[in-house]
Amino acid sequence: MTIPLRAPDRIAAPGKGGVGESTLRPDGTLKVRGEFAYSSDLWLDGMLWGATLRSPHPRARIVSLDIAPALAHPGVHAVLTHEDVPGRKHFGVDLTWDQPVLAIGEVRHQGEAIALVAADHPETARRALEKIAIEWEILEPLTDAWRAAFDPDYPQVQTLPNPVRHQPVRVGDVDAVRDRAEVVVSGTFEVGIQDQAFLGPESGLAVPGEDGGLDLYVATQWMHNDLDQIGPCLGLEDDRIRMTLSGVGGAFGGREDLSMQIHAGMLALRTGKPVKMVYNRYESFFGHVHRHPARMRYEYGASRDGRLLYADVEIVLDGGAYTSSTRNVVGNAASLGVGPYEIPNVKIDAYGVYTNNPPCGAMRGFGAVQACFAYESMMDRLAAACGLDPVTVRQVNAASQGSLLATGQVVHAPLPMAEMLQQARDLPMPPALDDSDLRNLPGGASQTTHGEGVRRGVGYGVGLKNICFSEGFDDYSTARVRLEVIGGVATALVHTSAAEVGQGLVTIEAQIARTELGIERVVIHPADNQVGNAGSSSASRQSYMTGGAVQAACFAVRDELFSRYGAKYRDLSLVGGKVVSEEHGVIATIEEALGTEAVDETREYHHLPTTGMHPETGQGSTHTQVALCVHRAVVDVDVELGLVKVVELAAVQDVGKILNRLSLEGQIHGGTAQGLGLAVMEEIVVSDGKVRNPSFTDYLIPTILDMPPMRLEILENADPHAPYGLRGAGEPPTLSSTPAIVAAIRDATGLALDRVPVRPEHISGR
Amino acid sequence: MRVTFTVNGREEAADDVWAGESLLYVLRERMGLPGSKNACEQGECGSCTVYLDGVPVCACLVAAGQAEGREVRTVEGLADGDSLDPVQQAFVDCGAVQCGFCTPGLVVQAHDLIARVPEPSDVEIREALAGNLCRCTGYEKILDAVRLAASRKASAR
Repeated sequence: MTIPLRAPDRIAAPGKGGVGESTLRPDGTLKVRGEFAYSSDLWLDGMLWGATLRSPHPRARIVSLDIAPALAHPGVHAVLTHEDVPGRKHFGVDLTWDQPVLAIGEVRHQGEAIALVAADHPETARRALEKIAIEWEILEPLTDAWRAAFDPDYPQVQTLPNPVRHQPVRVGDVDAVRDRAEVVVSGTFEVGIQDQAFLGPESGLAVPGEDGGLDLYVATQWMHNDLDQIGPCLGLEDDRIRMTLSGVGGAFGGREDLSMQIHAGMLALRTGKPVKMVYNRYESFFGHVHRHPARMRYEYGASRDGRLLYADVEIVLDGGAYTSSTRNVVGNAASLGVGPYEIPNVKIDAYGVYTNNPPCGAMRGFGAVQACFAYESMMDRLAAACGLDPVTVRQVNAASQGSLLATGQVVHAPLPMAEMLQQARDLPMPPALDDSDLRNLPGGASQTTHGEGVRRGVGYGVGLKNICFSEGFDDYSTARVRLEVIGGVATALVHTSAAEVGQGLVTIEAQIARTELGIERVVIHPADNQVGNAGSSSASRQSYMTGGAVQAACFAVRDELFSRYGAKYRDLSLVGGKVVSEEHGVIATIEEALGTEAVDETREYHHLPTTGMHPETGQGSTHTQVALCVHRAVVDVDVELGLVKVVELAAVQDVGKILNRLSLEGQIHGGTAQGLGLAVMEEIVVSDGKVRNPSFTDYLIPTILDMPPMRLEILENADPHAPYGLRGAGEPPTLSSTPAIVAAIRDATGLALDRVPVRPEHISGR
Repeated sequence: MRVTFTVNGREEAADDVWAGESLLYVLRERMGLPGSKNACEQGECGSCTVYLDGVPVCACLVAAGQAEGREVRTVEGLADGDSLDPVQQAFVDCGAVQCGFCTPGLVVQAHDLIARVPEPSDVEIREALAGNLCRCTGYEKILDAVRLAASRKASAR
């Protein structure tokens, strides 16, 4: 087999630290030198460049399609359409099988893939795409998600009917208690479409194998789920596809669905040559699903002292044309629809629908982000209606260990929400605005006033996120650990298929191996499909799941090593490079114990089983773990110009156990920044089913000028069910920072602000 | 066309360059230097930042032909053999790297900042790095890294 240039290689994990220490990333040095091999960096002699023709229309029929002029273009090696898909013509993450590999007679969203070209230069491929002639019958796009959910006469978008899923949650009897509420607050909230905006574009290399199979080098979040779709679509058995994770330039949910994998595979199989595909940023906006936009109608009833009596909630999530992850996003929005609050009577109806708007699926926070903006906005409205401050009203209703969530699930682990709110409130406040430097003002150096209209505001947000896969899914990960003497030193090789997407999983894998095997030298094998399923790098689950699997494999290695001593010793352990008996002291060095024989063990780790949601009441123990983050935001708002400067963000998060503080802080900072983006700038603007801002010129993500300094308080109240007591940490801060910032803007302006992102015109009124 | 310029101290040439190719494309696909990154290819993200005659530029916005006869220094040219530049080392030490796709551009931009302003204030750091997008870190650790690199460089003098 030919190995491409810059194929991923084993990386040695430097440093000595075990679990709990801030060891450095094993890939850090390669990354700062520019030598880390990302999926867009791959290269093979004689490779071709693949390109994709995409629909300019959100809904249209393809009357005729002529590839002949493209095929005749010099330098073009192949032009493929749906007729050339070797196997199943449809794919879909979570095996929903409703998305065409290439459009068949019609398109259902702008950017839908129609045809593929392989050529000897990317520009040749692009020019050939322009020569594919299509005669269109353009249809009126179906873009009204609310009608798609509730109007039985609204036309269907695809063969599967609307809604994708309707999930009710019922607790008590909302209608019976409605009259007893002394205070009623309500609102209709909207969340715009957010993009993951990972920086490394969709890309990879497909290399045809001598056995008729395929070597795939791609950036993904879940190799085995990719394979479950790629194999059937390419008509290849799983064992004919060898998949290796190339460097992943961020993911945030946007690499759960397939992008170029099947397409590059088709072109490689057809041409018999390696094919590289790299999307540019424009194409990337169409190459992956986004966060579901949401419209949410909330009504809360409470006593005069702010105690919640009922919640009546309707949530509609627009999934676009295909199913993607919409079912599970709806499940999250429903089960977490009122967040971490005790409410005796709850009526939630969450819907996911098909439309011709941009396709939506997984993004960090996954269904919980949208609901969190609404329920936290509601808590602020309740506070105002009851004359309470926002922290107190949350504390009055806060869930804690032993509480029931809206699904009836008991919170089994510590959930010190009231205390966390207190901690957030008690943190020192940032200094007052120093307007002597223009750059401190909202708008920074482009400020056109002297800050006469600037008002400061403070707001709080709390977010509850499920960790790991939910609703009865058999969620597991697999790890292989090999311990052997290399160059005289005991060395552990950790091998999984889990995707390192930037979050630092490889760092933690090495730390766990060091801790459990009592050694220092650890090598991380490139992630590939030569080892079992690790599940997805999503739902904040890899520290828990693959961490658990690495720990289990280390235990198996350790036990195998101990078995060599038969029954001679009891209570052996591996400490400081030695095999130690509690009774007899040091028995041998690990090198002596191993000799020339490696110990190689593979183990699966499953989290405790969850149940589904009851189809009519939503009841069930649907989540294996929930995790909480509290944010306090301080903002300066120029009420005349509509400009916002987030002055400081403070976060209090309970992570159960800190495996690596340096890495963890980075997750909280980064998650918070994405929540800031949703609060004040990030939105894929859509009209008539078309994306109006598919570029980093027009789709804004926070820069270093937008992101303020952060204060972090990290708590370690262990979850007894989880490895090391840890809680997944990547997502909760993405939930809570958005409502905290918007609450702070409301505090500064007195405006209602029921939609994110908040735009200057929402504040200035013009 | 043939394009010749100096990269990281060595003269390099690329043949059959199409007139529309960017400096970034030639570095990445024709000269085996993929360290400069292709995140937006429209000058918005800074991931492809390189020095062109000592001035940081987005390599995606420079036509390959414009580099003819000039001097280019990329992220691959910052370290001295196995020894990282203080900026690179500080990015590793401070946890300023996650997915790392923005890192090459940020490292070059921060390298330039510290060369111009040996002890930059936070406001100056933020201003200098405002053209470099990072999606993972929330920038806190990047600020830490630039502060650390500056202080290490200062104390080494």
